[in-house]
Amino acid sequence: MNDQEAPALEIRAVSHAFGPRRALDDVSLTVPAGRFVALLGPNGAGKTTLFSLATRLYSTREGAVRIFGHDLARAPSAALAELGVVFQSRTLDLDLTVSQNLAYHAALHGLAGRPLKARISALLHLVGLADRLNEKVRTLSGGQARRVEIARALIHRPRLLLLDEATVGLDLASRAAIVDIVRKLVVEEGLAVLWATHIFDEVHPQDEIYVLDKGRIIAHGSADEVAGGHLAPARTGAEPPAPEGATAALEAAFRAMTGARAEDAA
Amino acid sequence: MTDAALPPRHMVRPVRALGAAGYAVCLAGIVNRELLRFVQQKERFLSALVRPLVWLFIFAAGFRSVLGVSIIPPYETYVLYEVYVTPGLAVMIQLFNGMQSSLSMVYDREVGSMRVLLTSPFPRWYLLLSKLVAGVVVSLAQVYVFLAIARLWEVEMPPMGYLAALPAFILTGLMLGSIGLVISSLIRQLENFASVMNFVIFPMFFASSALYPLWRVREASEALYLVCLLNPFTHAVELVRNALYGAFEPTAFAVVLGTTIAFFALAVVAYDPGRGIMGRRGGPKGEAA
Repeated sequence: MNDQEAPALEIRAVSHAFGPRRALDDVSLTVPAGRFVALLGPNGAGKTTLFSLATRLYSTREGAVRIFGHDLARAPSAALAELGVVFQSRTLDLDLTVSQNLAYHAALHGLAGRPLKARISALLHLVGLADRLNEKVRTLSGGQARRVEIARALIHRPRLLLLDEATVGLDLASRAAIVDIVRKLVVEEGLAVLWATHIFDEVHPQDEIYVLDKGRIIAHGSADEVAGGHLAPARTGAEPPAPEGATAALEAAFRAMTGARAEDAA
Repeated sequence: MTDAALPPRHMVRPVRALGAAGYAVCLAGIVNRELLRFVQQKERFLSALVRPLVWLFIFAAGFRSVLGVSIIPPYETYVLYEVYVTPGLAVMIQLFNGMQSSLSMVYDREVGSMRVLLTSPFPRWYLLLSKLVAGVVVSLAQVYVFLAIARLWEVEMPPMGYLAALPAFILTGLMLGSIGLVISSLIRQLENFASVMNFVIFPMFFASSALYPLWRVREASEALYLVCLLNPFTHAVELVRNALYGAFEPTAFAVVLGTTIAFFALAVVAYDPGRGIMGRRGGPKGEAA
């Protein structure tokens, strides 16, 4: 097994249709091991469909999805064992405690016992919720619940984490906290991350990004390049733009590429 | 900061084997979650109990004088109507429970915890089977509490009968749960539970031997008798009724087992990512056709 060289996530020429409507059209993207990659797209662009295929909710009919070299259709078990997911919708049991929720998810990966207890407390520490172990999820704020979901997604030590609009509906501080946690995981733990979003200030200029629109990848490169490529005349100096400038540039480029629908998404 | 919990990546790896212990952990986790949720929902437990008790205390008491039940196996003597309906009511608990867990599958699908379940590396049929077993465990708790209350109401079975009926209840629970699973793959939205009541629960319950012996039905209508005979719920009730008196009904056993296998196989196909509902119309809101 060429486990070392294989990218964390490889989506190769994937198309998917619901009835006559094509939700994804010949989409290819790669998340290298240990890297942060952002997937930008307005609502309805096909991000959630792409996530559904990458998590094997339904199978890929055209194209292939590989996780660390394991084909999701042919070796789903090996592929899913490497994969952690945070879905867009809230998926914790509100009436169960944080630790019950985490233990349930660990069981779905065949994990139990004392090492699990240690793992759960370490993860809650990581997301800053060590003191909420025995509280019902219902009592948590939206941002805290999201952090529990990140802890949950990491419980079986996956090397790839997918997040679908993880910060949607959260206030600024909660959003920043979540972005920080995930970026730290990439740097410190070598986790590979695919971060789907339509919020531009979550993307740094040097991040690798893919732009998805109407089911197709319409741009790929570093955020800086993608923004610059579409707004080249507007740029003045040779020095890299300040963070706010980069965000604005990316947003403007995104608007230009996807049309007015970006506004609906905001 | 979390070195103990998150060792450097290059140290981790070999692909984790999902051994027999892993399978057991997975099953236990799913059953445990179902039980925790069940304990949380006290109204659900209450209504699951009140329903059959209303039938037993009011309906059966009222019909006691109208419907005498003659000597038919497994009864060795004339029995009171309450005694006759109790096995049927116990299986009715499982019928409601099976449909309710199918409803919770639809709910899970809508809120997304189904998605979480399906990202488990265990085979999908095993996850569905675990869900099914979890539903059966919950239904057994309800059934035995009901039988205990019925016993106070002087509906007494032979003591060993309660034990002998356990495997029967497990099998009937699995059958009704599998039917529920298949139905859950057919309904798109939560609101359709009323239709499930109308088109599944009521016909199955009334067109069966739960409330009246089949020979009585036959006197009324030969066609209805045939329908009752074809209804797997009839056989579930008869399997349990016989087991409660220490008897084994081979036909009922065969029908219940066959129905369980057939519907479970259907459910596995329905939840197959490449074939059933998931691929065809499991699309996320706003992205589905």
